[in-house]
Amino acid sequence: MATAEVTEHHDDHGHHDEGFVKKYLWSTDHKMICFQYMFTGIAMGLLGGFMAYAFRMQLAFPGASVPGWGVVTPADYNSLVTNHGTIMIFWVAMPVLIAAFGNYLIPLMTGCDDMVFPKVNRLSFQIFLLSAIVLLASFFVEGGGFGGAWTAYPPLSSKPEYSLTPLGSSLWLVAVGLEFIAFLLGGINFVTTTMNARAKGMRLYDIPIVVWFIVIASILFMASVGPLVAGAIMLLFDQNLGTGFFDPDKGGDPVLWQHLFWFFGHPEVYVVLLPAIGITAEIITTFARKKLFAYKTVLNTAIATGVLSFTVWAHHQFVAGIDPRMANVFTISTLLISVPVAEMIFVYIATLYGGKITLNTPMLWALSFIFEFMIGGVTGIFLGASGSDIYFHDTYFVLAHFHYTFFPIAIIGSFAGITYWFPKMTGKMMNDTLGKLHFWITIITFNLIFIPLFVLGAAGQHRRIYNYEHFPDLAGGWMQDLRVLATVALLVMLAAQVIFFFNVFISLRNGKKAGNNPWKANSLEWVAPSPPGHGNFAELPNCYRGPYEYSHPDREDDYWPQNEPA
Amino acid sequence: MRPIANTRSAAGIPTGRLAVWWVLASEIVIFGGILASYIMNRLSHDWWADYAANTSTPIGAFNTFVLLTSSLSAVLAHAAAERGDGKLAARRLLYTIAGGGVFLCVKAYEWTMEISHGFTISANGFWSFYYTAAGVHASHVIAGMILMAFVARDAAKNAELHRVELVGIYWHFVDVVWIFLFPLLYIAK
Repeated sequence: MATAEVTEHHDDHGHHDEGFVKKYLWSTDHKMICFQYMFTGIAMGLLGGFMAYAFRMQLAFPGASVPGWGVVTPADYNSLVTNHGTIMIFWVAMPVLIAAFGNYLIPLMTGCDDMVFPKVNRLSFQIFLLSAIVLLASFFVEGGGFGGAWTAYPPLSSKPEYSLTPLGSSLWLVAVGLEFIAFLLGGINFVTTTMNARAKGMRLYDIPIVVWFIVIASILFMASVGPLVAGAIMLLFDQNLGTGFFDPDKGGDPVLWQHLFWFFGHPEVYVVLLPAIGITAEIITTFARKKLFAYKTVLNTAIATGVLSFTVWAHHQFVAGIDPRMANVFTISTLLISVPVAEMIFVYIATLYGGKITLNTPMLWALSFIFEFMIGGVTGIFLGASGSDIYFHDTYFVLAHFHYTFFPIAIIGSFAGITYWFPKMTGKMMNDTLGKLHFWITIITFNLIFIPLFVLGAAGQHRRIYNYEHFPDLAGGWMQDLRVLATVALLVMLAAQVIFFFNVFISLRNGKKAGNNPWKANSLEWVAPSPPGHGNFAELPNCYRGPYEYSHPDREDDYWPQNEPA
Repeated sequence: MRPIANTRSAAGIPTGRLAVWWVLASEIVIFGGILASYIMNRLSHDWWADYAANTSTPIGAFNTFVLLTSSLSAVLAHAAAERGDGKLAARRLLYTIAGGGVFLCVKAYEWTMEISHGFTISANGFWSFYYTAAGVHASHVIAGMILMAFVARDAAKNAELHRVELVGIYWHFVDVVWIFLFPLLYIAK
């Protein structure tokens, strides 16, 4: 399509006033869709945080009336922990990391004016919004919100006499199903845009790592979610039509659900990890003024991680009764997957080595991501090995482990990305002092919440227990002290988020003008004005080199934008 | 108004075709999940063969024939669209839609007979899979027919002719899924 490239020009977009609905709810512009996903994700994140507050209060002060909620009943507790998990993964990590950053960065970083299918993009967000509404609605139906844990294992999830939430369970499934459709539509857009709509001259190895990683994550999602969609249909039929796919009484098998769920659920970890680790790559190269160490290795490592991630799912079933020989196979594959992830961390450390490091807010978030995620990865070894997993299974050790993976991914990764691209998104610089204050409080309290939970888990404290007073071995003394410590740390962390919102507010009002390229970074989004208008670039850029040409010896400047002719 | 992004083709494949293939990739794993679960169940439950004996192979075979024939007219519609004959392409797409209609009618007759004999979706594991797998497939047939009606409407005005090929690719996929369902649900007894 060389001829099309030559004749590319902008249509007259005009500056006629669009109504509120058209501009904010019906927009096809990828940047507006990014903001829609991001605001919805942040709102859901606040809700998920509030849920954590309510059930952590119950654990620290059993039976006390929680300000803002009241007394947490056992049914409330189940519904709160279930929906906290569901929301944080499907309605926070996915929309913010993949959908919001994917939407913002892919067209800008590949140098084009929008996604290839803007209307599909709009539809993707609308379905996502609908899914969020369905999930929220499930709290207000008879019996309340679903309380069978975010993994929804049958028979607890399939039989109303066990779950006590006949309608809530089905609405939960429908919401999750709609959310999957939204991300399938979005993912197809991301992959095709990156494959087909890149700027002239941008070869595969000139694509910024974060774009590559969002694309690989979208493909992983696409390839893994199918069995769970199938499983969700079967579970919905089990709930409502009296089928017995997962019911042993009718010849079904409850463990089948666990296989279908985790065949998706484990790759899902890498679906959200990859965008976060990609954001980190952009930030550390920019603020260490160094070329990314071994670009192709990082890329191949990510692909290898993706492929391997399909072979590890049954480590969630070590105690569910799978063949011990299979358990050995899955132990080996699970331990193997730590190799590529460790390699990525080494590559990032090698990138930092000898760099001119600027420790501003985005860089702090990026560095803390590497550090905190590493703790999550290392504790995973205990759980991947089937022998020790039998002891740790379903304890707070598991819970602390996956929070040490998901918190760095969903929260640290998102803050890293937001603080790094804030100047591009808004045209204003963010206040660095407030940013650092918010960073340090969040990071310290995060560790104060979850290190005690590792200790409690190792001491045998099981998950999903409403009130430990019923378990004399676990109830009192230092164990209760640690529970209180974790809850207090959570309160401080939630309160500290006010600093972030205040920072956004005053930076938008009084922040310094950012200019096109405040960080002196190379990739194409920094060529566009801040914030980019409709159509992104005044003139669509061409690409002449890779995105990480920092401190090139032949150049006076320590950066070399991708669009600058040699 | 199309963005410039939509007109680019860095990978050398038209964007629409690329997207359809990715849609199919995501659909394959959905059907893969259902069929893999079904096959695992069949392998561990020998007696499901007795339940499967109640399905009608001749009716299934007739429907296979109808669906494959409807794909032929989708191919012919593509050929007409390539030549720029939108009217003919639209007419041939209508034949394909008619084929899908016959398929659904036969399916409705078949299910009515089976349900009236007491083989409902909750009768046992085999019938649960039978209705779920064929039902998800049938919903794809219906979706394909609706999409084709829109494409045919445009094609009749010689607009968006490239979409004739795209909807055809989707229809072939629906066909291929049935090619897997037919032996698994009807022939394996």
